[in-house]
Order: sequence, then structure tokens, then C-alpha cells
Amino acid sequence: MSIDESDIPALARGCAILGTGGGGDVRAGSLAAVRAIRAYGEVPLVDLADLPGDALVVPLSGIGAPTVGHEMIHGEDEPKRVAEEVERLFGRPPSAIMSSEIGGSNGVAPVAWAARLGVPLLDADGMGRAFPEVQMVSMYVAGLPADLVIMSDIVGNVVTIRPIDGLWSERLARAVCVAAGSHALMADYVLTAGRARGAVIEGTVTRAIGIGRATEGAVDPLGALRDRLGAVRLITGKLTDVDRRTTGGFVRGTATIEGTGDDRGRRLTVELQNENLIAVEDGAVRAMVPDLITVVDTETAAAVQTESLRYGQRVSVLAWPCDPLWRTPKGLETAGPRAFGYDHDYVPVEELTAHG
Amino acid sequence: MADLPELGIGIDVGGTNTDAVVLGPGGRVVAKAKRPTTPDVTGGLRAAMDAVLAELEGAEDPPAARDGQGGGARSRVARIMLGTTHATNAILERRNLGRVAVLRLGAPATTAVPPLSGWPNDLRAAVSAGEAIVPGGHYVDGREIGAPGLGAVRRFLDGVRADAVAVTSVFSPASDEHERLVAELVTSEYGLPVSLSHEIGTLGLLERENATVLNAALYGVAAHVTGALTAALAERGLGARPYLAQNDGTLMTVEHAERMPVATIGSGPANSLRGAAHLSGVTDAVVVDVGGTSTDLGVLTGGFPRESAAAVEIGGVLTNFRMPDILAIALGGGSVVRGGGVGPDSVGYRIAGEALVFGGDTATMTDAAVAAGRTPPGSAGWRGRLPESVLARQAARSGPEKGPRAGDGRETIADVLARAVLVADEMVVDAVDRMTLGRTDRPLVAVGGGAFILPGRIPGVSGVIRPEHAEVANAVGAAIALASGRVDTILPAGDSRPKAIERAKEEAAARAVAAGADPSGVEIVDLLEVPLSYLSEPAVRVHVKAAGPLAR
Repeated sequence: MSIDESDIPALARGCAILGTGGGGDVRAGSLAAVRAIRAYGEVPLVDLADLPGDALVVPLSGIGAPTVGHEMIHGEDEPKRVAEEVERLFGRPPSAIMSSEIGGSNGVAPVAWAARLGVPLLDADGMGRAFPEVQMVSMYVAGLPADLVIMSDIVGNVVTIRPIDGLWSERLARAVCVAAGSHALMADYVLTAGRARGAVIEGTVTRAIGIGRATEGAVDPLGALRDRLGAVRLITGKLTDVDRRTTGGFVRGTATIEGTGDDRGRRLTVELQNENLIAVEDGAVRAMVPDLITVVDTETAAAVQTESLRYGQRVSVLAWPCDPLWRTPKGLETAGPRAFGYDHDYVPVEELTAHG
Repeated sequence: MADLPELGIGIDVGGTNTDAVVLGPGGRVVAKAKRPTTPDVTGGLRAAMDAVLAELEGAEDPPAARDGQGGGARSRVARIMLGTTHATNAILERRNLGRVAVLRLGAPATTAVPPLSGWPNDLRAAVSAGEAIVPGGHYVDGREIGAPGLGAVRRFLDGVRADAVAVTSVFSPASDEHERLVAELVTSEYGLPVSLSHEIGTLGLLERENATVLNAALYGVAAHVTGALTAALAERGLGARPYLAQNDGTLMTVEHAERMPVATIGSGPANSLRGAAHLSGVTDAVVVDVGGTSTDLGVLTGGFPRESAAAVEIGGVLTNFRMPDILAIALGGGSVVRGGGVGPDSVGYRIAGEALVFGGDTATMTDAAVAAGRTPPGSAGWRGRLPESVLARQAARSGPEKGPRAGDGRETIADVLARAVLVADEMVVDAVDRMTLGRTDRPLVAVGGGAFILPGRIPGVSGVIRPEHAEVANAVGAAIALASGRVDTILPAGDSRPKAIERAKEEAAARAVAAGADPSGVEIVDLLEVPLSYLSEPAVRVHVKAAGPLAR
């Protein structure tokens, strides 16, 4: 199949849901995707199985400060310079590009990048959701070495980093990003289709579009979304408190939702660090990272970003299981509750909510 | 005559009515009038102006004094303030819009999303004379992305036929010199009017650019409005100085409005909030403006409307214009009442013929309120006009075939009206709760022609205030003489911060003076600092607003 202009609104809605409150605004990415499809044509969506084992897959993502990205938007040629550098290093051009992070803006923008490059988009990503740190990707969990980062900035600089490990990868990439004006396009874990098997989360682009389509014209958008996600509705109610602070470059805080209707008398607290990480009711955890927790508008079932949470909103909280890769020991070590400073042993959302 | 106090006229153009008031000394309402809004807007405006002048002269001047005295009371009208929907209508109807050459400075950055992306096709066709992204713009830290491409600007402008130019440079709210350079070039070499984005909007390139383009497209509309207003004043022998209301509840001179017409969009709700503050004397309150079809809720903080944090869509185009934070619900005096509840449909201006209380046969929210004993000031007799069956619930129940019917037939009309009041009250309570953010210590000020449908006690507020003249609060708001200016920028958070903030304050004050404020009375009314994340050098985003009384 291929992605055309009419798929973009559904993809954007789905990516916002998979962003679990973070991942950035999908709007500019949607505009870029529509524009690139009009200029360069539809984007073929391929599965790993469609690609020969030695085909190069380039995971791409925009990195930097959200405020900057909102003002200093990507240049159209940034992905081209990354692709040229890949070709120079590997002796062959990329066969496909992949979203590093399907949740939020980095799930939508790759459609524009693939269209510009004239290569297919791989129906996969590195998270199946959104996470705040670069090492929180499936390629890292799968044990692939973090030995190459290619960055392209808005004026045309291309920086190739050969770090000795993931820590240096993050440190050097961040320094380059700041020098480039806190906004850049980045490829890391450039990999062959053969190595990608088991190291990426497959089917997530199709899934995001399906999530977006599920609520289109639905009589009961919330029910349709819950069914599509296989999610548990933790609560439906009113946002009564949002406590938010910016520390260490991240937005941290808590949101409190008091139940209304059938949920009257209940109260759910969601812990945030850019994304929604933990949901607690009556002192008991009801869902926790890396399982997905998304706050949606009760009426429209549209995702509500953590920075848009406001007192009085009528919202529902949905939680559903993450990809099995995140439930492995290495997955939990990388992005489980303790990786975010919470003193909890991970328990899958299905077990936490089995009786309630 | 000379020692009699000055008067001010406020006019607010609404969707249904155009309201006008004359304010006297101490902001006292000395005359008021309501006329239907006309499709061309200007006709209704003239009618409302005439009506309020007639009332003023009827009230203040004996008829004999009007001859040979140069107009009597009308000669004391020193200012006229207009809140109008001309600009909004022009955009919604794609009429009278100018052709804009759209210039962005930022290449090679930003090319992934060219100007006017996401605009409705018909609006884009009506407005755009062409679009270009040329080199220029700045980084967040003030470095140039590249030198401004003045050659490319000339090549672009040589190839388009435009009425105006809109210029948007990356990070211009923090670094505006490239926009200014291009403005000089356009003015001196092409003689076209220019909209500069740093004067119009805040950070967020696409939204600010959209607002700047709309502003440039509205120059012709603005000239028409100020021309019509000036002509109407001259025809009526009024020497009053004209002003236009803007979306933050303050005023600007017509000269300023001709350069910033987009700022008039959204002035209606802002006027009603400011008017509520003036009439009630309360500066911190929830304001509920009940119209015929809908009810707008807003919040006053320090006498000004609380502003919306969300992006605002105008005619299908996203902008980051700062607008009052308004929650509109489908409830008004004309809302149709039936078994299922209230509205959302309304009889609108036809209420005077269709509501039960006016002898019609449609049950409306006005009838429900009157049946419950809630009547407009001075209209206590309305209750007696309702049919017996509407008032007497028990009687109606025993003889349901009497009187008008509503709903599925099992309920009597009296039951339906009684339930409508409960439903409406619940809608209001729920909306008030959303707007108060959990604070319960502020009063609610009820304004608008339909304010009488609101209950006397509402949970979540300290009390319900119903000021006199509440039905023309929006026109009163337009007549309150304050002008403002604002700055939104990014500043370093280090040692240079205090100085930089002082400069931002001075700039905001200078902009208030440019809008018409008296330099000696300008104060900083709002200062907001937000730390930014993910940057090398700590930085803050600063928003400053200055306001002051109009210069004499």
C-alpha cells in the first residue's frame, strides 16, 4: 500500500494517541507531509519482509527544543543530505526510511522525508510510542551497537559521529544540536533490513492510521478508540488539578482526574515526564510505563498533550499494553518505571486492571 | 456649553444587534440603543448611532435648544469607539480582501512547510499574490541564519502584482532587524504597505505568518471602515475622534487600526468583558454574556479579559493571535425548549413574534425563565402574559389537551418549561466551573440581553451581580478609553535579563502610546516569564503588556 494525502489526518490523530501525551505537536509535520506528497507523490509503505536482507533502513527523527521547532521549521533538503551521507558511508543509497518514534510529530514527519527522497517508508518504528531519551529505542534494547549518528542542520551542515557507546552518542548529538540552533534532523542506528528483524517494532504506521480512522465519524468515538487500541478505560471525569514544572529540560508533573457519571467518587492521578508514565488510584498503580497511557477528550476521543492539560477538561484516560520488546528485562531496564525514577516493579496493565 | 463634561459613544456590532451607548462623566450611561445588525454592517452602525444620538438629545436638550446651538449635546461627544465585525466578515466571506505578496525570511530553513500551507483553497486564491521563502532570519540565540536576501526580495516583488506585502522572518519576535530592512526596501522601492510579523504575533512561525498575511489582506477593509466612520461623524456634525476596539479589550486610533486591522477580530467578547467590569465595578470575575442564541463565558483578571492559551482559527486559518479565553455554549434567550431539553436551535431575532410570552407558539428559554419567575428588569408583568396552562403545572397535568404542546406529548408544557430551567442551570454551572479553574471566591457578572434567564445563585461563584445597563455591556466596553501595547520575545536568563526585561517593558509602553495611549498614564499591566527547555544557554520567553488611558 502507499500513503496518500487523505491518510495524513488519520495518521496524525493516531500518532498523537500513541504519543501518550508527548512526542510533540503533529500539526507542522502534517502540513509538511501533505505538501511533500503533492510535490513528489504518494509514499509506498513497505514491510521488512518486502526488503532484501542487505537493504539499508534509515531511522530518522527531528531532535531539539519544541519551542524552536515551532518557529525554525525543518528545511526541505535536510533528509536528502542525510541520505547522501549514508550513501557515501555505505556505498549504496537508503532503501527505506523509518520513523524512530511513531508517537507525536516524529511519526508524521517521516512521510514528508520519504516523499522528498523518493524512497518507501518502512511500516515500523523504534518505540511503538513516544519516549524522551534517544537510547529508549528498540534498536538499543535489541543490542545493536550505537556506533553511528548522522545529523543534518537547517543551513546544510552534516555531522557524522562514530561514538563508542550510547552515552557518548547522546552527549555528542546533543552538543551538535545545540550548536545548530537547538534543532536538527538525526539518523541513528542505520541498519540493514536483515538486522532490523526483531530490532524494530513492526506495523506501527498502519496501526497509527487505523487508530486515527477508528474515531472518524464514529457515533461513540471513545468506545471505538478503546476497542481499536485494546485499551482499558481507567476513568472518565474532569481534570481537577495539573501541577507542572520544567526541570532538567523536561516537563514533570501530575494531573488529577476526578470521576464523573458512573465514575463519580473515584480519583485517578497521572504522573507526567513529557509523556504520561504512571496512573495511580487509591494508592494503587493502575498502569505504568512502558505500557501506554493516553489522556483523551471524552467527547471526541482526540489525544490531549501533556502541555495542553487544563483544569476543567472533560477527559478519559486509556491504558493499553506496550510492545512485548519493552517487557523484556533489557526493555524494562531501558524504559521501565525505574528508568524514570519510580520505585515500582513493572506489572503489566492487563494484570493491574484485571479486577477493576 | 464649553464647561459641560465630555461624552463618549461606544458602538458594538454583534451578530444579531448593533448596540450603542453614550457614556457621560464617571462612565455613567446617559443614553443607549439597539438596532438590528445589517448585512453590510455599516447601515446598522449608522442606525444605532442615530438612535443613540436621538435618545441623548431627547434626554439632555429641550427641543428648542437644538436650533442655533450647533447640535447641543452632540457637540460634547469627544470620542467615538467602535467594535466591529467588518474584518471578521471579510475573511469569512472572502470579500474585499487585498492581494498579498507573502515573503518569508528563513531559507534554507522552513522550506518543508511553505507559506499558506493548510489554508482553505478559496481563501488562498483570494489573498495570495505569490509566496517566496528567501534567505534571512535568526536563530533562537540571536545569530543570523543568513544575511537577508534583498536581491531575492526584489526579484520576487518584480514578478507579482500585489496590494500589500506580508513579511515574516524566523525568530523575529526576538530579532526584528531583517523584517525592518525588508520593510524599508518595500516602502522606498515599491511604495506598498507592509505587515511585519513581529508587530502582529508571537513565537510559532506558521501561525504568526498567517496572522500577518491576513492583516495585510485587510488593509482595504480597514480603510473602508475608518472612512465610513469618519464620514458618518462628519454627516452628523460630530467632531468626535474615532477609535476602534481590539481583541484584548483596549482601543486603537484609526491610524493604528489601518495598519493593524487583524487586531479588531474578536473585539466583541473582549468588549463585553470590559463592559461588565465597568458596569459592576468588579475587576476579577466570571462574566456570563447571554445572547439570543448563545452564551459566552469569559474571565476578568485585573479588569482585563483572561487570554486563551490555545491557537485561534480565523476563517479556517490557524493563528497565534492572543484572544480572550471564551467558552461559548448553545444557550440563549431564544433557545427552543422541547421535551428533550434546551436548544441548540434558537428563534434568534424572531423571538419578538414567536415566543409564548410575546403571543407566539414556540416555547423558548425566555418563556421557561419567565414561568420560573425570572424576568428582565422592569418586565415583571411578563409572567402574566403566559397562558394559564403554562403556569399551573398541576392543572396542566389533569387536562393536558389544553394549551400549547411540546415534547413527546406525555409531558405537559409546564413540565417541559420547568425542566428546561433545570437543564439550562446545569449547563451554566458546568460552564462556570470550567472557566473558574476551581477558584470559588470570585463573583459572576451577568450581562447581555438574555441575562435574566440565569439563576440568582450559582455554585462555584461568590455571588451573582446584575449591573444596570447589562444588556448593552458590550457597547459600554467599547466606550472605555484605554489603549495598549504588547511585546512577546525570548531573552537570555542570565545577568543581562533584568535590563532586557526593562527594554521589553519600554517597548510595550511605546506600542501603547502608538495605539493612542497618553504617555504619562501608561502602566505595565501584565508580565509573564516562562523558562524554555532544551537550550544551551538558559533563556526565558517574556510577555509584556502595557496599557493606559487615551491621550486627549
